[in-house]
Amino acid sequence: MNDLELEKTAVKIRKGIVTAVHAAKSGHPGGSLSAADIFTYLYFEEMNINPQNPKMENRDRFVLSKGHVAPGLYSALAHRGFFPVEDLKTLRHTGSYLQGHPDMKHIPGVDMSSGSLGQGLSAAVGMALAGKMKKDSYRVYALLGDGEIEEGQIWEAAMFAGHRKLDNLAVVVDNNNLQIDGAIAEVCSPYPIDKKFEAFGFNVISVNGHDFSELRRAFAEAKDTRGMPTAIIADTTKGKGVSFMENNVSWHGKAPNDEEYETAMEELRKAGEALCQK
Amino acid sequence: MSEIKKVATRDSYGNALVSLGKEHDNLVVLDADLAAATKTGVFKKEFPDRHIDCGIAEANMMGIAAGMSTCGYVPFVSTFAMFAAGRAYEQVRNSIAYPHLNVKIGATHAGISVGEDGASHQCNEDLALMRSIPGMTVFNPSDDIEAKAAVKAAYELNGPVYLRFGRLAVPVINDTPDYKFVPGKGVVLREGKDITIFATGLCVHSALEAAEKLAADGINAKVVNIHTIKPLDRELVVQSAKETGKVVTVEEHSIIGGLGSAVAEALAEEAPTPLFRIGVLDTFGESGPAAELLEKYGLDGAGVYKQIMEFVK
Repeated sequence: MNDLELEKTAVKIRKGIVTAVHAAKSGHPGGSLSAADIFTYLYFEEMNINPQNPKMENRDRFVLSKGHVAPGLYSALAHRGFFPVEDLKTLRHTGSYLQGHPDMKHIPGVDMSSGSLGQGLSAAVGMALAGKMKKDSYRVYALLGDGEIEEGQIWEAAMFAGHRKLDNLAVVVDNNNLQIDGAIAEVCSPYPIDKKFEAFGFNVISVNGHDFSELRRAFAEAKDTRGMPTAIIADTTKGKGVSFMENNVSWHGKAPNDEEYETAMEELRKAGEALCQK
Repeated sequence: MSEIKKVATRDSYGNALVSLGKEHDNLVVLDADLAAATKTGVFKKEFPDRHIDCGIAEANMMGIAAGMSTCGYVPFVSTFAMFAAGRAYEQVRNSIAYPHLNVKIGATHAGISVGEDGASHQCNEDLALMRSIPGMTVFNPSDDIEAKAAVKAAYELNGPVYLRFGRLAVPVINDTPDYKFVPGKGVVLREGKDITIFATGLCVHSALEAAEKLAADGINAKVVNIHTIKPLDRELVVQSAKETGKVVTVEEHSIIGGLGSAVAEALAEEAPTPLFRIGVLDTFGESGPAAELLEKYGLDGAGVYKQIMEFVK
């Protein structure tokens, strides 16, 4: 896909997020929307995956370490054909396979269950190590929250990945600057994020997480990097794409009401239309 | 009297891994800087490429094992019970058990028989923690032969398994020609009509010793080895309780949440029976030679005998 097609796809992903969270009457729209372009790039351009065969042996793996932004992952998976887009409306409903946080046992395309912050990166590192041991060519991607990296286990995993020179691993930090209690810089600052990953033996690339040409360059560089894992620090806006949610921490874990839902969907419809004029 | 052969089940663990490793290329062993103590060093020597030292980072080790298992490996994660079940409880629960991944947790240095290291390293709560996790199988073998069999059975089961091993060398009691380890099935080691002693781990030997002493007093105790804490052999527990009318449980674990609780739960629901739980009371351990601690905490043969006598009189 070219950048314009990716942008159009990202609008669909965002509509899916807003729709799912609205239908669930709970969930995490802010971080889902900040990561929507990253999900789009990974699932529609970067990863070697097959919706008809979600468990394909040599597929690339993805671990959503910041599991609470499941609506973003589910929307990407649904639009990529892993399951019906219509099912997004069952998110968090009793009996639905679309659990509040990723559940690999029941959701096609989910490579690892996650949700308890700090744990996903370790699993991704295990997958990357397995790939190296088996001399498989698949790559492993993990998406982390910038608040999530306050968890100590992230740095245990980073130390191991750097030590083992896992160059088949690319970690993306969704750096939207906000966590539940406020700005990450004020709550318990993880900055400087880039210097920390460098110190743990990572190749670090800083990008605008909403710019597909920058994401394209970063993931290409990650693939070409030998002898060390890559950390892509993606500068993003929480709630991106829905004006009243942008940079507003109250939308971290809250669903839009009917009126807010209509407004959000109208904004996204217009954004999609504008892209069609390009 | 001939010398009784004694082996620490942590040694059995290491040796069993080497045997299994020869048969199965997908078996990998993870350690957190304790390979010398968990006795997986022998595996590391034999299969250096399949031994992964994660450094002193147990939480990460559990996650790495989870990730590797999704790619076809069968990881045996090795560390002390305190760190496996205690420190990394939530990683075991959420990264391994919730997705029902095929990871085996080899927890050594369980219970007070850790000895001199003291209470910080004496995990008396692991069975309670692991037993409460959905889908987790929990093995607590009693000797070398059973420990090796349990490791093999754990490999053959699909799903998470917690294996409890000890630091202390313990008598070999299962060296009989017809010994067979069947997950979830208790083993009747001695028949008796007056009382049933359900024991697990190194306390199976203590129970057998106690039964000998009881017999001298005219009390015939049935001794059942419960090597699988979960799933519990409810059928045998209930049947034995009905037969003997009195029940004692013996474990090197807190009386809260382990074998005693599991048996109490089963009997309260299916066959209410007078029951006494022998184990570590609601307290932390302490430093000292393992044998002295087992004596002090009433978990050796003499201590178990004494407590049972008080219960039955």
